[in-house]
Amino acid sequence: MASENLYILGIHMTKFGKYPNRDLIDLAAEAAQGAFKDGGVTMGDMNILAAGNLRGTGRIGQPLQKQIGQTGIPVYNVTNACATGATAMRVVMMAIKAGEADMGLAVGSEKLAGVGLLTGANVKADGKTWTPEGRFDAVSATDGRIGTETMPGVFAQIGMEYGSRYGEVSFETFAKISEKNHYHSTLNPLAAYQKRMSLEEIMKDVMVAYPNTRPMCSANTDGAAATVIVSEKKLRTLSKAQQDRAVKIAASVLTTDPWEDGCQVLANVNTCTREAAKQAYAQAGVGPKDIRLIELHDCFATAELVHYDNLMLCDEGAAVEHFNSGATWREGRQPVNVSGGLESKGHPIAATGIANVWEIATHLRGEAGPRQIEGAKIGMTHVIGLGNTCAIHILQK
Amino acid sequence: MPNQVPLVSYLVLGDDPHLIAHECTNCKARFFDRRNGCAKCFGTEFKDVSLPKEGKVRAFSIVHSAAPGIKVPFVASVIECGTTRVSANIINVDPKPENLKLGMKVKLATYVLGKDEVGTEAIGFGFEPA
Ligand SMILES: [Zn+2]
Repeated sequence: MASENLYILGIHMTKFGKYPNRDLIDLAAEAAQGAFKDGGVTMGDMNILAAGNLRGTGRIGQPLQKQIGQTGIPVYNVTNACATGATAMRVVMMAIKAGEADMGLAVGSEKLAGVGLLTGANVKADGKTWTPEGRFDAVSATDGRIGTETMPGVFAQIGMEYGSRYGEVSFETFAKISEKNHYHSTLNPLAAYQKRMSLEEIMKDVMVAYPNTRPMCSANTDGAAATVIVSEKKLRTLSKAQQDRAVKIAASVLTTDPWEDGCQVLANVNTCTREAAKQAYAQAGVGPKDIRLIELHDCFATAELVHYDNLMLCDEGAAVEHFNSGATWREGRQPVNVSGGLESKGHPIAATGIANVWEIATHLRGEAGPRQIEGAKIGMTHVIGLGNTCAIHILQK
Repeated sequence: MPNQVPLVSYLVLGDDPHLIAHECTNCKARFFDRRNGCAKCFGTEFKDVSLPKEGKVRAFSIVHSAAPGIKVPFVASVIECGTTRVSANIINVDPKPENLKLGMKVKLATYVLGKDEVGTEAIGFGFEPA
């Protein structure tokens, strides 16, 4: 591993929500220009741009340059499912570590408001006669007939599978995780939804895929986030004010899921997360107990639970106990998703992996206002791209 | 009896409908789709093996929204057939939480999914309470 430290110099996220009159580039530009302002730099200081978008054109880097500054620098358009934003950050970091750049911009932008259920690709229209197609020689659609490819159903099973290994987890426990995150969102003005919900309201809401009701699912929203990443050497040439607000990237890791029995039948987000966490703790030279707060990938309430275990925030198999101890509430020992999480903040896919970093960096800088977690010196972000990818960052001030 | 085709090629029809897996001849990793190689050991030789028709539920979700043409709610699940995990719906059960249990025993069942223009039936499969 190259030895030079990297820092977040500037970072910004748009409010997540509905922007019917603004396109992907408007949102990306707001995030990018906000990150420049935050870091006291301009597009002219960037040596590289990595731009993430999943469900739009997937190629927003050059159109973004045409709005915020065409300087001829290399652009990498990135897609990596829900890990797209975090992957864009890593592209910038790898370029800096490789010595090709000393400062760069990573941006993720997504328009998801009003998009319905995100399903798998395996939807096939029936022809006049049955014709085998694809890798399973399917004569008709398999999604919904051989299990589900819908995200709420997949992640519901991931939560249930945890119960198979360590003891059944109740619907109520999963719903309480959502109650926590909706409570947290009330302090985050950038969250799409800031409504506190009672456990009863959550459990009685529309069932999407048992045990996930609607408020237990990530919210499809629009939004963008961007960050300026700088090498330590370059940072030392900048002003004291810039250096004082810079946040060290103590670890940056990206993994995919190693083969394990059953991993091609139900997505395995456990192995890749556990491995990424191990590597990240080693890179940062810290342990799980040193982490003051965590933003993890609660695309569904059922997912948050398994990641307490995967990130080794608790003993193996003890995620339910860990949650029931109150540790992960903002008043608890090690708060998780004080932003409100994807269930209430929103999940504009490509922006998510950078917005999580924004949340942690804001606490480490002591700039989180009423939702500030006191004494935050080290924090962690985690995202999952289904398919599967895990990206983890540990930030330190 | 009309002509029948299976929904997917790893469902084998006939007198004794059952599922098969493509097993890596080197490391015994099992897969259901057409393979280019083994994801575990990178080998390229496979043989088909039959799976037990009985299994137990390792994970499930009662899915209330799906692509057009799919009746909801339905029960999506992961079934352990011996040591091999299979994706399937749990069928012939009222899809309510109280009727489903992790670890519950289930067995393979087939059903007619539909007929095409020449009258050939497509046969689907699921697992039903044993
Ligand atoms: Zn093999």
